[in-house]
Amino acid sequence: MHIRLSGILCQATGGASTVEVSGATIGDILTSLVQKHPAIQEHLDDGVAVAVNGEIYRDRRDQVIPEGSEVFLLPRIEGG
Amino acid sequence: MPYETDYTNQKFSVIGNRVNRPDGVDKVTGRARYGADASAAGQLVGKILRSPHAHALIKKIDTSKAEKLPGVKAIVTGDDFPDFTGGNRSLMDTLENCMARGRALYDGHAVAAVAAVDAQTANEALKLIKVTYKKLPHVTDVDEAMKPSAPVVHDWIRTAGIEPAPTTASNISQRNEFGHGDIDVGFAEADVIIEKTFKTEQTHQGYIEPHACLATLGPDGSGELWVTTQGHFTFRNMCASLLGLDVAKLKVTSSEIGGGFGGKTHVWMEPVALQLARKSNRPVKLVMTREEVFKATGPTSSTSVDVKIGAKKNGRITAASAELRYQSGAFPGMWGMLGAMTSFACYDLKHVKSVGYDVLCNRPKVAAYRAPSAPMAAFGVESVIDLLAAELKMDPVEFRIKNAAKKGTRASYGPIYGPIGIGPTLEAVKNHPHMKKRLGKNQGRGVACGFWFNFGGQTCTDLNIGIDGSVNLTVGTVDVGGSRASLALIAAEELGVDYDQVRVTIGDTSSLGHNDTTEGSRGTFSSGMATIFAARNAIDVMKQRAADTWGIPVEQVVWEEGVARAKGRQNSNLPPLSLKEIAAKSPRTGGPIAGHNEVVADGAGVSFASHICDVEVDPETGSTRVIRYTVVQDAGKAIHPDYVEGQFQGGAAQGIGWALNEEYIYGEDGTLQNAGFLDYRIPVCSDLPFIDTEILEIPNPNHPYGVRGVGETSIVPPLAAIGNAVSNAVGVRMTHVPMSPPRILKAIEDAQ
Repeated sequence: MHIRLSGILCQATGGASTVEVSGATIGDILTSLVQKHPAIQEHLDDGVAVAVNGEIYRDRRDQVIPEGSEVFLLPRIEGG
Repeated sequence: MPYETDYTNQKFSVIGNRVNRPDGVDKVTGRARYGADASAAGQLVGKILRSPHAHALIKKIDTSKAEKLPGVKAIVTGDDFPDFTGGNRSLMDTLENCMARGRALYDGHAVAAVAAVDAQTANEALKLIKVTYKKLPHVTDVDEAMKPSAPVVHDWIRTAGIEPAPTTASNISQRNEFGHGDIDVGFAEADVIIEKTFKTEQTHQGYIEPHACLATLGPDGSGELWVTTQGHFTFRNMCASLLGLDVAKLKVTSSEIGGGFGGKTHVWMEPVALQLARKSNRPVKLVMTREEVFKATGPTSSTSVDVKIGAKKNGRITAASAELRYQSGAFPGMWGMLGAMTSFACYDLKHVKSVGYDVLCNRPKVAAYRAPSAPMAAFGVESVIDLLAAELKMDPVEFRIKNAAKKGTRASYGPIYGPIGIGPTLEAVKNHPHMKKRLGKNQGRGVACGFWFNFGGQTCTDLNIGIDGSVNLTVGTVDVGGSRASLALIAAEELGVDYDQVRVTIGDTSSLGHNDTTEGSRGTFSSGMATIFAARNAIDVMKQRAADTWGIPVEQVVWEEGVARAKGRQNSNLPPLSLKEIAAKSPRTGGPIAGHNEVVADGAGVSFASHICDVEVDPETGSTRVIRYTVVQDAGKAIHPDYVEGQFQGGAAQGIGWALNEEYIYGEDGTLQNAGFLDYRIPVCSDLPFIDTEILEIPNPNHPYGVRGVGETSIVPPLAAIGNAVSNAVGVRMTHVPMSPPRILKAIEDAQ
């Protein structure tokens, strides 16, 4: 499976906007992403959001990712 | 996750009713207790000394005379706040914003604080504190701050998001780029291209209640904080981190809140109050003045935005790009990034690029303001959309409909959309009677769209049923917009009881697990979800009690309309047991009946709105009057329609003030010139028309009732809708917010 990145997050992957990762849940693929690009850990610590087929998840690391899903890593968003 | 969060198309009997608000009587009779309404025996009065300079080195703070003043019990400066941040830069920024550490970074930055027996003594002590400053060069304009020659606010800032990484300091804390496709290809395909630059000035959320708290903190590190806040759990965690306290030893209670809109999501002076309390070993009450609220809390960004959009003659947009420069105050923020993410989110674009810059200035630390950053981006984008429609001789609503994002569209910020509501809101606008009303002389109409993300987050609730069958629901999300009424409706719906049987309380931090701050339009979405599950949990308990009473397996018991029924012909002789009957017997059937839930309520679903605005502009004075305003927004399921409409109207009202009047005005010396409601004018009732609303109920597939957040999106379109309306009324494109009378007159004169 691939995870797509945008914004400042790409800097932590050496500019790559798509990274191949493995795992069944959001938590799994983030772990896989950190293994490939340790610099992303700093952003995970600051907070990120993960969009799975367009639905944005901020905290649910146990969210199962269905087969064939589009997964997008986004910066964490603040609200008012 | 004990329960499924998917939408179930459940039929409702209570949800959707316009019931009386539970806090209404308290608020109109003055019984409601806000941040400044708490007192403690022996309390002191806290006051803060603030920098009169935009940027200055603090060479020395001499507190000796103030300390000798009778009645002064404690004085703190930056030296009284040891670094417990463990190298966390964000925490250090927060600490430094609460109390300057060697440098004053903006007019109003706290440099010292006093706790004294009364306000007079505290004020006198502030005058006796001698601060020796060395003034430093300052910058308050976002475009000026980006220039290489600008005074640097922090010499440790290196712009993130640029390769190769810069080695010199800059006021640009980060650059973020979003988009897809190739805009050069897209613009080459365009028949018409419009490019414009826009500016918006800094505004404040303008909540009526100033920041206020009452703090105690003993030598054993145990303390309490009564405070007006949007998130008392977050305040607890933040204060504990900054002051080196155990989280569990600090109890934070949220007062009633007189408005927040994002401005009460951060700590500003609460750690100072706690530190004064620790040093004096007395309770300390600290209440900001309005001037302090303007100068030293978190307004929104001022911005400078370039927008370029191209389209073919058939009305299809071929490419769009934007550069968005957002001022974040004296500390790094994410505001330019959010502007870049939201700017083109309403549209289906093959080639799109948006670049956001976060820029430091010598102004107060920027905080969220209702859908933060989206209104300024929408002002630029929706203005250019209108210009393009005019150039193509197309109806601006039809042009938007033709290019609107839909299910399957790749959002400009990255992911592919699921089912979304921008198309239906535009169709509703197109068919709304407002659009058919003829305009008079000097009048103009504007339409604009807006987008906001919404989110859920960590949530925890308790539901307890009394022996008389009354229900107490305790939630941890502060009620900023009527969530207590909505959550009572949800509990009543699930349990099958009357709305009046349910009382909702906002629990303090010692009574529930962590709850995220009420922000991101999450209060009713997330606590509503947790309430549904907590109620179902309690129903499971009551079904078991009924089964035990009847001596049958619990599998043979169902819960319908507030009663337990025994299923099956073999149980037909068993009369139903109501909630009240089960509750009355509870002491002898197993004890208290309660339900609990903790959930990470994700899947809030993105939100869209489209607004229509009519204005009349006096061409001699430049004064603008909004004569009609309509909000159309997708709310998912409207739990309490009055409150949903109130959120729509409130966002529009704040947007009207922002568009026409509100503005931070800085002098040449970098000091704020209008820190009060006389000179910073928010709209009052007589400035506003009745704001009409249309609620679209497109269910959110990720909430059992289909709920979406509704609190923020309604502030996104107004700047642009009013900008388009004013531009149409005066025949000149307005590009600078607020569109105050002098700016409108100048635009007319320049055009002539």
